[in-house]
Amino acid sequence: MRTIFEWIWLVPVLPLVGFLINGLGRKHLSKTMAGIIGSGTVLGAFIISLLVFMAVKDGSGAVTVPLFTFIDTTSLHIGFSFGADALSSLFLLIITGVGFLIHVYSTAYMHEEPGKDFAKYFAYLNLFVFSMLLLVMGSNFVIMFIGWEGVGLCSYLLIGFWFTNNNYNAAARKAFVMNRIGDLGFLLAIFWLLSKTGSVEYSEVFSSATLQKLSSADKTGITLLLFVGATGKSAQIPLFTWLPDAMAGPTPVSALIHAATMVTAGIYMIARSNALFSMAETTQHIIAITGLATALLAATIAVKQNDIKKVLAYSTVSQLGFMFLALGAGAYTAAVFHVMTHAFFKALLFLGSGSVIHAMGGEQDIMQMGGLKKKMRITHLTFLVGCLAIAGFPPLSGFFSKDAILLQVFEHNKLLYALGLLGAMLTAYYMFRLYFLTFNGSFRGTDEQAHHVHESPAAMTLPLIVLAVLAVIGGFVGIPEVFMANGDRLHHFLAPVLSSEKAVHGVSHSEEMLLMGLATGLVLVAVILAYVQTRKVVQKENTGFGKVLARKWYVDELYQAIVVQPLRQLSAFFNSIVEKKGIDGFVNGVGKAVQYSSRQIRLLQGGQVGVYVLLMVLGILALFIIQMFL
Amino acid sequence: MNCNTVYITFPELLIWFPLIAGLASFFIRNQGVAKAWAILASIITLCISLTGFLYTDMSAERDFCLNNVSYEWLKYIGSSFALGMDGMGRMLTLLTAISFPVIFVATYRKSYAGSGSFYGLMLLAQAGLMGVFTAMDALVFYIFWELALIPVYFLCSRWGGERRIPATFKFFVYTFAGSLLMLVGILYVYQHTLPIQGFAEHSFAWKAFQNVQLTAGQQNLVFWLFFIAFAIKMPVFPFHTWQPDAYEQSPAPATMVMSGIMVKMGIFAVIRWLLPVLPAASLKYSSIVIGISVAGMIYASCIAMMQDDLKRLAAYSSIAHIGLMCAAVFTANTTAMQGVMVQMFSHGINIIGLWIVIELIEQQLGVRKLSQLGGVAHKAPVLTIMLVVMALANIALPLTNAFVGEFMMFSGLFQYSIWYAAIAGTSIILAAVYTLTMIQKVFLGESNALTGKIRDISWNEKVILAVLVIAVFMVGVFPQPMLDMVKDSVTAVLTKFRNG
Repeated sequence: MRTIFEWIWLVPVLPLVGFLINGLGRKHLSKTMAGIIGSGTVLGAFIISLLVFMAVKDGSGAVTVPLFTFIDTTSLHIGFSFGADALSSLFLLIITGVGFLIHVYSTAYMHEEPGKDFAKYFAYLNLFVFSMLLLVMGSNFVIMFIGWEGVGLCSYLLIGFWFTNNNYNAAARKAFVMNRIGDLGFLLAIFWLLSKTGSVEYSEVFSSATLQKLSSADKTGITLLLFVGATGKSAQIPLFTWLPDAMAGPTPVSALIHAATMVTAGIYMIARSNALFSMAETTQHIIAITGLATALLAATIAVKQNDIKKVLAYSTVSQLGFMFLALGAGAYTAAVFHVMTHAFFKALLFLGSGSVIHAMGGEQDIMQMGGLKKKMRITHLTFLVGCLAIAGFPPLSGFFSKDAILLQVFEHNKLLYALGLLGAMLTAYYMFRLYFLTFNGSFRGTDEQAHHVHESPAAMTLPLIVLAVLAVIGGFVGIPEVFMANGDRLHHFLAPVLSSEKAVHGVSHSEEMLLMGLATGLVLVAVILAYVQTRKVVQKENTGFGKVLARKWYVDELYQAIVVQPLRQLSAFFNSIVEKKGIDGFVNGVGKAVQYSSRQIRLLQGGQVGVYVLLMVLGILALFIIQMFL
Repeated sequence: MNCNTVYITFPELLIWFPLIAGLASFFIRNQGVAKAWAILASIITLCISLTGFLYTDMSAERDFCLNNVSYEWLKYIGSSFALGMDGMGRMLTLLTAISFPVIFVATYRKSYAGSGSFYGLMLLAQAGLMGVFTAMDALVFYIFWELALIPVYFLCSRWGGERRIPATFKFFVYTFAGSLLMLVGILYVYQHTLPIQGFAEHSFAWKAFQNVQLTAGQQNLVFWLFFIAFAIKMPVFPFHTWQPDAYEQSPAPATMVMSGIMVKMGIFAVIRWLLPVLPAASLKYSSIVIGISVAGMIYASCIAMMQDDLKRLAAYSSIAHIGLMCAAVFTANTTAMQGVMVQMFSHGINIIGLWIVIELIEQQLGVRKLSQLGGVAHKAPVLTIMLVVMALANIALPLTNAFVGEFMMFSGLFQYSIWYAAIAGTSIILAAVYTLTMIQKVFLGESNALTGKIRDISWNEKVILAVLVIAVFMVGVFPQPMLDMVKDSVTAVLTKFRNG
């Protein structure tokens, strides 16, 4: 009997076919057709992914499916092959599942676009899904890198989708360039691995025999460079500033790329390489600290943002920070768990915000909203579910994954735990500030907007409902031992891949309960605080520290001053001094000197250059011919 | 092997056919006929080149005889008219054969005064290039080298832009200096080759050059003669300033030939005539050369970011990419050398594609300043897509052809030195900056009074660009056939290089 794994290549190829059909036929396809092709191919990929997932779960274990030889020379062997194991099949489900819902949602959200732009949009979305699938399915680092840069490209295309607006184009370019900085780190890590181990295949590189060959300097160097790659894609300090700007793209794009999938690539990469990372303690510390710092930095910024998508964007950066904190603490399963639950509730929140923006006729300022809960019931309810989930209220999904992270960080380091708890509080605060300002109180927009506000069509609300259900129940795959023996099924499922996971020993059950209670209590306090503060909406200029937060800690300005400007000045110096005055001056000087000293060569200026060279060659030729007959 | 039954070989066909077709073209007065003739001739050359791929098994007598030839020529001074085709030669002659019909068809819309001479010179340049890539005798190599260059001087000085005279002058000063250095170097090495019994005291044959015995001091001297000559041709920093001017001022077809194929003459010459002839000196100076090349990559990328002219931007971007190839050649690393081979082909395809798009824009709008363009994507979406694919291939996005080459070159460079690789690596970030800035300024945003008038591309341009795009992805996804093609050349040169 043929197994499902023989068909695994269809998973990425289906969206690729969708991309080609929609891309090439964009002028001829009706919107309905474009939508069906775009969504249908991803649905197909989802179904196969589901079968693959089942097969892996039923004990087929890890399977490698070679497709063809990519590069094969005496010194370099890279196969184009896919791997299916617990980790990748879980990611497949997230990408194609959430991806499909977002495609469906987009058919309604993008409906006002002209036909060929509509098809182009779906082509890009499909290309994105294709790249992301390559990223997680590859059985070696090179295939991962192909997908890695592919998602960077697609996010560039989608952020700048409305290319008439030059601010959007700048945001798209920024995303690509920042990603490329990270990509360079990733590339160097691959080269390092290649030079020491001669291979990029996971099965080879992560085998204990190979790992023993690496010195501790190698391990630290490689993992640090990989982490640099991860900071680019997963928007961590110092490369996080592209993500909030990336909100220039259509809102479903934000949901797909900048929340549910692309940004999780860095987590996937490190979880995939856990065998290597767990042997590099220095790197682990750096990851944990960077993750926590990012989580807090982004959370503080989110507190002062008034653009609904900006708040969500910083919240994504912050949540990713938590995942990195987990990775740094060796809690790989918890990090992957949070990737999954975050995909549910963040996609939900983004799509919900899209529904709001749609209803408000493009308005994104939450100061101009308010009281929407009466007018948009489904959007309101599902958005509330999303907020509860991300804030970590039991028993919603975010509670379990966040608790898993915090528990392991607690055992790892108490200070990091305390700061992590602070981050969780901030999360609850800014999310509910957002929620109350948008849906509570009275409407603060224009009369025209008030008249226009309506619930979105079913193609938009259905995905919201599905995601809301997932955001509620998604956490039950990882119920901690405290509540249920063998409840943490995700942990058992992922155990073969995430073998370097650190187990929790030093925390007793009563202590664990206490920690959960503490976290939940603090979150509740934060929500109440948010409620009190948003009861009366007063628009005032931010001053002092508030202004620093509203201006995002001036990070963009800092980068401008220490990177962009110096580089520009250096380039200007090269261009106008070294190149024109230096080298060209020298060459022209030599040329002129020759010119003055010789009358003949002055004829060159008459355009007779070639004649001289021709004469020279003819001279040589004549010489030889004469010699031949002598 | 006994090759008496073979009357003509592929290298000869590839040289003589364009040469004769080119000479004939000088007598054509009618513009349309000249164009048609050039396209026809170049397509026949392409067919010859492709047919050659049926006969590549060098261990078989028939195939060997069809690819190698040596005529008695100037036997008293030890030179013979020797041609030969190895994997590298086959790949580069294929690139040359593909490029010319592509260039002719893509620029079909543009008419040049005295087109008989124009296309004649182009075809002569093609013949010269074929000769360079197949020459197995130093003198033959030198003559073809000049034959490839001379037509370009004419093309630039007669059909070039406004400032064509100073540009040609600079081009001439540089390349003339380079040619002289090379000639001196060749004659110097020649003086030290072993005699051919009964005929000549020395030999110009490639084999004789390879086996020449030079002391370390002699090698060092000749190394710089050769290296500077080839470095000017590539060009690498600081021998490059002729290039932006020449690219900017030359007529588009000449620019395409120069940047797509002629720059490979420099890289090719290093691999064929420098490394195996002067292995000890090459090894000794490799760190200096790699240092210069890497510095040049950053330098050229920085300057590319400052350019407001599409052609100059492409020129500096090309200098940066060539810098990587030059560095990779000198790492003496198998992976890097394989990468260079693939990249020579890929870079040719990509840069020609870029020039075609730039030329199409300039033809229609009369400008190529980034600051005057904008919003081209509104009226010319297909043109935009083609350019974006080419530009992204140029910056080596995965699954495009250049990724394979650059990945392998960087990988080899990394094994040579982590720091060189890291510094050179920053150029891939800078490349993203200037490429995306260019795309944004030319194609995105609102269209203006000027760009509102642009038409999308016509069918012949569409076909040509589509062919190039397909080539980009074919090599990008399935690079293995090309890697296999050049394997023999890589092994041969590196064995010689490493054994000193």
